[in-house]
Amino acid sequence: MSDVSQPRNSYLDAPYGLASWLLTKDHKRIAMLYLISITIFFAIGGLFAAGIRLELLTPQGDLWTSDLYNKLFTLHGVVMIFFFLVPSIPATLGNFLMPIMIGAKDLAFPRINLISWYLYIIGATVTLAAVFTGGLDTGWTFYTPYSSVSSQTAVTTAAIGVFITGFSSILTGLNFIVTTHRMRAPGMTWFRLPLFVWSNYATSLVMILGTPVIAITVLLVAAERALGLGFFDPARGGDPVLFQHLFWFYSHPAVYIMILPGMGVISELVAAMARKQVFGYSFVAFSSLAIAILGFLVWGHHLFVSSQSIYAGLVFSIITMLVAIPSAVKTFNWTATLYRGSISWQSPTWWVVGFMGLFTIGGLTGVFLGTLGLNIHLTDTYFVVAHFHYIMVGGAIMAYMGGLHFWWPKMTGRMFSDAGSKTSAVLVFVGFNLTFFPQFVLGFMGMPRRYHAYPDEWQVLNVLSSCGAGVLALGYALPLVYLTYSLFRGAAAPANPWGAKGLEWTIPSPPTTYNFEAEVRVDEPAYNYKSTREVHVG
Amino acid sequence: MSQHAPVTPVSTYVNIFVALLVLTGLTYVVATFDFGLLNTPIALAVAILKAALVIVYFMGVRYNTPLTKVVVISGFCWLLIMFGLTLNDYLTRAWIGVAGR
Ligand SMILES: [Cu+2]
Repeated sequence: MSDVSQPRNSYLDAPYGLASWLLTKDHKRIAMLYLISITIFFAIGGLFAAGIRLELLTPQGDLWTSDLYNKLFTLHGVVMIFFFLVPSIPATLGNFLMPIMIGAKDLAFPRINLISWYLYIIGATVTLAAVFTGGLDTGWTFYTPYSSVSSQTAVTTAAIGVFITGFSSILTGLNFIVTTHRMRAPGMTWFRLPLFVWSNYATSLVMILGTPVIAITVLLVAAERALGLGFFDPARGGDPVLFQHLFWFYSHPAVYIMILPGMGVISELVAAMARKQVFGYSFVAFSSLAIAILGFLVWGHHLFVSSQSIYAGLVFSIITMLVAIPSAVKTFNWTATLYRGSISWQSPTWWVVGFMGLFTIGGLTGVFLGTLGLNIHLTDTYFVVAHFHYIMVGGAIMAYMGGLHFWWPKMTGRMFSDAGSKTSAVLVFVGFNLTFFPQFVLGFMGMPRRYHAYPDEWQVLNVLSSCGAGVLALGYALPLVYLTYSLFRGAAAPANPWGAKGLEWTIPSPPTTYNFEAEVRVDEPAYNYKSTREVHVG
Repeated sequence: MSQHAPVTPVSTYVNIFVALLVLTGLTYVVATFDFGLLNTPIALAVAILKAALVIVYFMGVRYNTPLTKVVVISGFCWLLIMFGLTLNDYLTRAWIGVAGR
C-alpha cells in the first residue's frame, strides 16, 4: 500500500496493527473482517460440495460411505446457508455501504456491529467443532425426530453453533434498521434512499422477526436430545410436524434474507451501468417490503407432503403465488431500466446480466414447486435442489460477486482486472448452468435428493453436473487470484471509477475512517443520471 | 398520549411487581382446579396478562415513542401469524379427507 495517489489517512491505513483490526469499531473494517471470514466458509462449503459431486460421478455409492455422504451434504448446506449466504451481502457490502450511502459516519451501534462479528466467529467455531466431533447428518434442515432422537452425530453442538450465529444476524439487522431511521443525512429522505438501503432495510426486518424463531427451534432440538424433553418426539408426546412449521417460519423468509440484498445490489448496478434512474423507483422500494412481509406467510409450501392438512396446503400454495408479484415487479423494472440506457459493458454488467437470467429461471421454477399438485411429484427431488441453487447461487451469489467487483475499488482503493472479472463471470455462468440445469431434468425424472447411489441411466446427466461443478469452482477461484493481486499491484482507483451516482462515489477510494470530511447534504433523488448522461464515456 | 413522561416513580415498579406475584399465585391456584377444556385458555390468559405488564411497564413501552409501540405491536402480530397459520394446519386436518387415512 505505497501508492502516493491514495489518501494517507484511509480507513485501511490508520491505525496499523492486528489489534486495531480486531477491536475496530469502523463499519468498513468490520465489513472486511466479515469478507475474509465468509470467503473462508465459502471455500469450506465448496469443498463439501466437491465431495458430493465426486461421489455422484458414478451410479454406485462407491467413493464415500453412506454415512459420510450424509455428512457431506448436511455440512455443505449448513456452512453455505448459515455461515456464507445469510451474512454474505448484508455483513460485507451492507456493513461497508449502508452508512456511506445515507451520509453517516458509521452505523448506529458500532460496538454491537463488532460484537456481531465475534458472535459469528464463535458460532462458526462451535459448528466446526461439531464437524470434527462426529459431524452432522440431519440435512441442513435438522428435521425431527431424526435429529432429536436418532442421529448419532454432533447435532447438539451444531444446533448451539447455529443458535449463537443467529444472534449475529439479529444484531446486524437491528443495527441496519436503527441506522436507516436515525442516521440519514439532512435531505436524505426515505424516497431518496438508494434501493440497496431499502432492500437491506427489508432484509433486516426479516432478520429480527424471523431469526429468534429458528434460534429457539434449534435450541428445542438440542434440549430434546440432551435433556429428553418431549417437543417433537411423538413417543414423548411431541409433534415432529411442529418442528417443520417452526423451522420453515424462519427458513422460508431466510431465502429472502439471502436474495433481497442481492436484489438491492442489482438495482444499484443496473442504474449505474445503464446510467439511468431505476424505472419505477418506489415500486422497487416497496416490492422489497412486500417480499419481506409476504415471505412470512408461505412457509407451509415446504410441508405439502408432511401430513399438513390439505386445506392448509391450499392456503399456503395460493399465498406462495403472490410472492411472484413483487419479484416480477423488480425483474421487469430492471429490464425497463436497461431499455434505452447507455449500457456500459464493463465487468459488473456481466454479473448483472447473469443474475437476471438465472434468477428468472430460479423464480419461475419456484412457481412450479409452489403448485400443490405438481409439488407432490417434485418434492425432495433434484428439481428442488436445482431450483434453490438457481436462486441462491445463480441469484444471490451472482449479485454478491457483481457487487463485490463494483465496489471493490471503493473498498480497497485498487482497480482489478476487468478481463479477469469477465472471464470469471462467464465461467460461473457456464459452469453453473452445466451443474444445475441437468438437475432439473434429473429431478423431473424422479431422482431423489440426498442419496449417494442412483440408477445407471441417470449417469450422463450426473456426470455433466459434476463437470459443471468443476468449471464453477474455477470461476469462483479466479477472482481470488486477480482480486488478491489487485490489492498489491492494482492501479489506484479514482473516487468514481464507474461514473456512478451515490454518496459513496463522492468520497475518496478507499474512504477515510469517518467517511465524510464535511457535513453531508442531499438535494437530489437517487440515481439522478440525467445531468451526467452525456458527459460520461465508458 | 404522554410523549416523554418524567421518570417512572418507584412505586409503579413495586405495584407491578406485586401484581406479577399475585398473578403467579393465581396461576398456581387455578392449576389446582379442573376447568376441563378451559384449563389451557385460563393459564394462557394469565400468562399473557403478565407478559403485557412486563412489556408495558418494566420495558417502558408505555412511556416510549410511537415507533417503539409500532415495533412491539408488529412483533406481536408476527407471533399471531406464526400461531395462526400453524393452527390453520392443525385445526383443519379433518376438513378434507385423504384416501387411506
Ligand atoms: Cu419456501
